[in-house]
Amino acid sequence: MIEKENGSQRDFLNGDEAVAYGAKLCRPHVIPVYPITPQTIVVERISEFIANGHMGGEYIHVESEHSAMCAAMGAALVGARAFTATSSQGLAYMHEMLHYVSGSRFPIVMMNANRTLAAPWNIFGDQRDSLAQRDTGWIQVYVENAQEALDMIIQAYAIAENDAVYTPVMVNLDGYVNTHTYELVTIPAQSEVDEFLPPFKSKNAIDFEAPRSFCISASTEWNMEFRYQQHEAMNRAVAVIAEVDRKFGEKFGRSYGGLLEEYRGEDAEAVLVGMGSVTGTARIVVDRLRDRGLKVGLVKLRFYRPFPAEYFKALGRRVKAIGIIDRDLSFGYEGAVASDIKAALLGSGAGPKVINYIAGIAGRDITKENLEEMYRKLFNRVQGREEPELQFVGMRW
Amino acid sequence: MAKPQIVKFHFPQCLEDMPLGPSAEAGILTEPNAGWRVQRPVIDHGKCTKCLMCWVLCPEGVIDKEPEELAIDLNYCKGCGLCAHECPKKAITMIREGEFDD
Repeated sequence: MIEKENGSQRDFLNGDEAVAYGAKLCRPHVIPVYPITPQTIVVERISEFIANGHMGGEYIHVESEHSAMCAAMGAALVGARAFTATSSQGLAYMHEMLHYVSGSRFPIVMMNANRTLAAPWNIFGDQRDSLAQRDTGWIQVYVENAQEALDMIIQAYAIAENDAVYTPVMVNLDGYVNTHTYELVTIPAQSEVDEFLPPFKSKNAIDFEAPRSFCISASTEWNMEFRYQQHEAMNRAVAVIAEVDRKFGEKFGRSYGGLLEEYRGEDAEAVLVGMGSVTGTARIVVDRLRDRGLKVGLVKLRFYRPFPAEYFKALGRRVKAIGIIDRDLSFGYEGAVASDIKAALLGSGAGPKVINYIAGIAGRDITKENLEEMYRKLFNRVQGREEPELQFVGMRW
Repeated sequence: MAKPQIVKFHFPQCLEDMPLGPSAEAGILTEPNAGWRVQRPVIDHGKCTKCLMCWVLCPEGVIDKEPEELAIDLNYCKGCGLCAHECPKKAITMIREGEFDD
């Protein structure tokens, strides 16, 4: 580990370890976790930090992911900062509690290692697990590399605990490609993170001076108003996400663009949209194609909820073709991300050609050649040639 | 008796009045607590010796021993009849709700 002058350190970490360091720096009071591949390293590192006295907090080894989220909710209820992490089947198992936490407005942060769902059983990455949690009321962010993973755990607390938001945040890392790939990562100094993220003072916790009943039922006459509040908080999060990212950039010298990042999108005719690790590979392909004079760009969609619909409306007016990479599939229709983007494009007035690419299922690599082929097919559409609107990339037959 | 009494609940009048998540001030009773009772206990004070067996056994703690004569808080009595069953002097009778005026 290399010490730097400002108290930060550089180390060779995989994505899971980067998340563990990110969580440690945020000083959560309670960490209820259940290990699951490929998230396990996160909970192993945190348990080591605590056992070795390098991290405070109460580590609860619960009996299931459902219990993990229940315990995190209980911790939030007494005003504690809670952190947990899961993946795939575990995320599905805690599905019920995801609704409870967001509906109760507890700003819990969770890391999810994106992994496909059984059957057929497989431990490798795709994003069906978290995309299937779309309507649980959680903010969802997808990261590209280990550094962004660490940084987004810190940003996630700043977003979730913002007075205007009070909504839980799920930080998603592609299984293995992000969670197990080692990269050089800067670990910020604890004092710097403490300045950026002050101690959590919950405004939604038990107070003996002013007793309240929590998690009460809301009748038909009152329930819809609570849902509207959640929706409004999610909408307010749009500005908060951008502001937190800006302040993080000022403090630590790294920022990620808020809801999304556009890469070489100026004057682009064909753009690909992707989430997570594929965007790292896609940057290289964009550079390569730009060198050949092709006007291509990339949109790294970072936040799936809240969704940047306005951005895509505007994008639709200035590009000729959009390719949407989905590491998921809504059987019988198309990819989940594609559906949302196409809905937003309806408001753009213009009609860019759209192809939805289903790729990277259950850990199948999305290669540079795959990505080049995706761009080539977009240009086919621009030039008036036929291309199916839904394509499976890297299929065996 | 130190039991919460029915008070008027002030419902939100606009979105800004809504609590953060489904929560509300604790200990607020907005309607009678034991409205579903089928029978209510009635004490014959002529037979009652204030032995307090009912006071000890009542699962809801609704029997008040402070006044001159024992009193029952009917807002909290669930009408289980345990007091009438156990009274050594048979001084408590369970009467069907609605068969007399309050």
